[in-house]
Amino acid sequence: MAQHDSEHDIAAGSELDTVAQRAVSAGTAVAVPSGAFENPGSPPDRVRATDLDPKKEKTAERRVGGLFLFSIAASIFAIVAYIIFPIVPGNLSSVRLNNLFLGLGISLALISIGLGSIYWAKNLMKDGEWEEHRHPTRGSEDTRAAAAEVFRLGNEESGFGRRTLIRRSLIGALVVSPLPAVVMFRDLAPAADPVALLKSTVWDANVRLMRDPANTPIKASDVTLGSVFHVIPATLANSAHYIEDKAKAAVLLMRLKPEDLHVSADRADWNYQGIVAYSKICTHVGCPVALAEQHTHHLLCPCHQSQFDISHEAKVIFGPAKRPLPQLPITVDSEGYLIARSDFHEPVGPSFWERS
Amino acid sequence: MTTVQETTTAPAKGTRFTSAAANYLDERTSISGITKELGRKIFPDHWSFMLGEVALYSFIAILLSGTFLTFFFEPTMTQVHYDGSYVPLKGIQMSAAYASTLDISFDIRGGLLMRQVHHWAALLFVAAIGLHMLRVFFNGSFRKPRELNWVIGFTLFILAMAEGFTGYSLPDDLLSGNGLRIIDGMVKGIPVIGTWTSYLLFGGEFPGEVIVPRLYSLHILLVPAILVAALGLHLLLMVINKHTQYAGPGRTNENVVGVPIMPNFAAKAGGFFFVVFGVIVLISSFFTINPIWNYGPYDPSPISAGTQPDWYIGFLDGALRLVPPGLEFVLWGHTWSFNILLPMIVVGIFIVAVVLYPFLEAWITGDKREHHITERPRNAPTRTAIGAAGVTFYAVLWAAAASDILATHFHLTIEAVTHSLQALLILGPIIAYFVAKRSCLALQKKDREIALHGYESGRMIRLPGGQYHEVHKELTDYERWRLVDYLDYKPLMVRPDAQGRISPMQRVRAAFSRWFFEDRISPATRAELESGKEHH
Repeated sequence: MAQHDSEHDIAAGSELDTVAQRAVSAGTAVAVPSGAFENPGSPPDRVRATDLDPKKEKTAERRVGGLFLFSIAASIFAIVAYIIFPIVPGNLSSVRLNNLFLGLGISLALISIGLGSIYWAKNLMKDGEWEEHRHPTRGSEDTRAAAAEVFRLGNEESGFGRRTLIRRSLIGALVVSPLPAVVMFRDLAPAADPVALLKSTVWDANVRLMRDPANTPIKASDVTLGSVFHVIPATLANSAHYIEDKAKAAVLLMRLKPEDLHVSADRADWNYQGIVAYSKICTHVGCPVALAEQHTHHLLCPCHQSQFDISHEAKVIFGPAKRPLPQLPITVDSEGYLIARSDFHEPVGPSFWERS
Repeated sequence: MTTVQETTTAPAKGTRFTSAAANYLDERTSISGITKELGRKIFPDHWSFMLGEVALYSFIAILLSGTFLTFFFEPTMTQVHYDGSYVPLKGIQMSAAYASTLDISFDIRGGLLMRQVHHWAALLFVAAIGLHMLRVFFNGSFRKPRELNWVIGFTLFILAMAEGFTGYSLPDDLLSGNGLRIIDGMVKGIPVIGTWTSYLLFGGEFPGEVIVPRLYSLHILLVPAILVAALGLHLLLMVINKHTQYAGPGRTNENVVGVPIMPNFAAKAGGFFFVVFGVIVLISSFFTINPIWNYGPYDPSPISAGTQPDWYIGFLDGALRLVPPGLEFVLWGHTWSFNILLPMIVVGIFIVAVVLYPFLEAWITGDKREHHITERPRNAPTRTAIGAAGVTFYAVLWAAAASDILATHFHLTIEAVTHSLQALLILGPIIAYFVAKRSCLALQKKDREIALHGYESGRMIRLPGGQYHEVHKELTDYERWRLVDYLDYKPLMVRPDAQGRISPMQRVRAAFSRWFFEDRISPATRAELESGKEHH
């Protein structure tokens, strides 16, 4: 706001007494009109009670000292609390008490130091406003000329600008030199191709459907109307990559009345008497689609609210997901336990570039 | 040259040790020069200047509590059977990361307190940075010479969120594991490189066994190192540029009015550090944050309803929720997941707009001068309106992250909440823009009125003719100056250049300039005040 004290187009912040005034564009700023108000200058300092009354000053001093002494007491209290409120294994309220009293001691100690210092500054330290001159951020012309000279000498003495072979080859070398570091990141992941991994799960023909986490097989007769089972494959327990495999193989199982199911022709034998199994991993970004609504046969993803209609082959009826949940074809084995007929017929989980 | 005259004045009471120590240091570091330069540096005082301080001090609280946590936390995903004090999880298989977090919470005295200090301070850190950025934005404190510091500060904001997210994921609990699952899904949605990026990040298929130690390296080494460096640069530039100040009597663009670092500012700011730290500890003693023992260890199958990220990730999560349905298709043999890309692009544009704003505004005004007087938001109506629109946009995305909670708490359907928020995401910023702009102009008019005619005194008088009249009390020169000291810009007039042409760029700039300054209200002048007096 150079207009306070100058009606010329000069750089804001430049000193008026510098030899050469630099013209800096004020852009579309309106020049200060001649009849503008002038800066009235600093108002008189206000006087505090502690400045006038030595008694009040003494009281303020005692308060600050009192706060600092209280802080010492609070710190000691925190140490005492650490000892006299031990954690008793298995007792949650002992944890709570330890947390509460230790924290209370520490926080009171810290806050008292803080309040004491601020009170000291506000009531006892010299009051008023000080003024300091601002210099333009830009270096003085002499400094800038000297800096330019440094570069000129550097260039002249090295021949950086003149020797194009050296300059260009150096720039080339510097650009190429980080590339080995980039390549070295390759082994962040194993050698195997991720696309093949993403396209298969541990489900396979004749693999039993097991309850998660009990890992017990499920009889078709156990699956009553309206019940929902969280399912893992029987082969998962022996997997070398348990958690990665589970992240792809988790399945939801439920039984609908056969007349409620709308089955397309090529999936006619994928359900067993109205029992259907769908991947539990959302086709949006991969959260487990764990909330099932009994009456509507809808599944809801609690992360981003995609909804899938189980009676229509888990097609998306709301939310950001686009693809239906992949269906796991199932049947029963000779003992009446539910088994998979095959792996999923498409990749489960979130979309990826090479999916289709 | 053998005798060096040592001029020593007898030290004042209580300063003998300090002067000896200072002398010792100076003879080895010549630190007196820095003390001389900086010791009595003036800092202007205003409550809003404390927001950045809150960020700085909560960062110190994060560093201290975080260091304590590293002594006990085991950043590995090795599977163990829990054998600690928390009975409900005894014997359960979990990662060492999760088990050690339980140990910090239930077996180490003060461990839970430090975890909660770390988490609360992190939430406060990002919040304070956000408010500080809003302060700087609405004050126009990003203008020359502080554009670069705006960019550095913005970088700090991003780094703070990165720190927050990496730290949030370390305990390997169910909630943070699902957060990582979402990140994995988003990364996989990126065309061409997505699948491989996820594969490299997780060291194989999601979730793998290396993500926690990798995030730990980022969280305690790489990101904090960059953050501390950027923070140092941020503060250094603040010292070089000197702090901005509000318009006021005696304050000009060429001075700084305030209190000196030694002793006044040091006492206030140092004291404020202890208050901020103390309040964080106080909150942590009373209020639980991130009770990971309630969530259980990460398992890809279960999830709890109403999952929420930490507040500062909310706007990203909300963007994922608000995307219109069906935006995924197969083209040229590849899967294009615009249901993931669109939110990323929109949020990306928003973020880039934030970081580039100072340069855009400087181009529109063409003002190349330095600006050290902060503007009151009302005195830059268009900027304030843009800011209000941006805040609204962010706020709607943020609210969308809680769409399911909104639906259950207010007994609405999730569809209704989602559709309302989708509409609000478009309409909200537009409404906010006009409301803010009109409010600013109205406030400016009010300021002019007060500056020229004084304020209503509440005293009614009856004139001899029977007319009633309220006496207006005139402002003092000091009071008035605060209302009239602001910059005034006029819209750019396009003029042909030397070749008689008007470049398209010039036309665009003029259009922007009209948009910014067409309905400006100029500051009141003494001439107006005096001509007004003649009428009465």
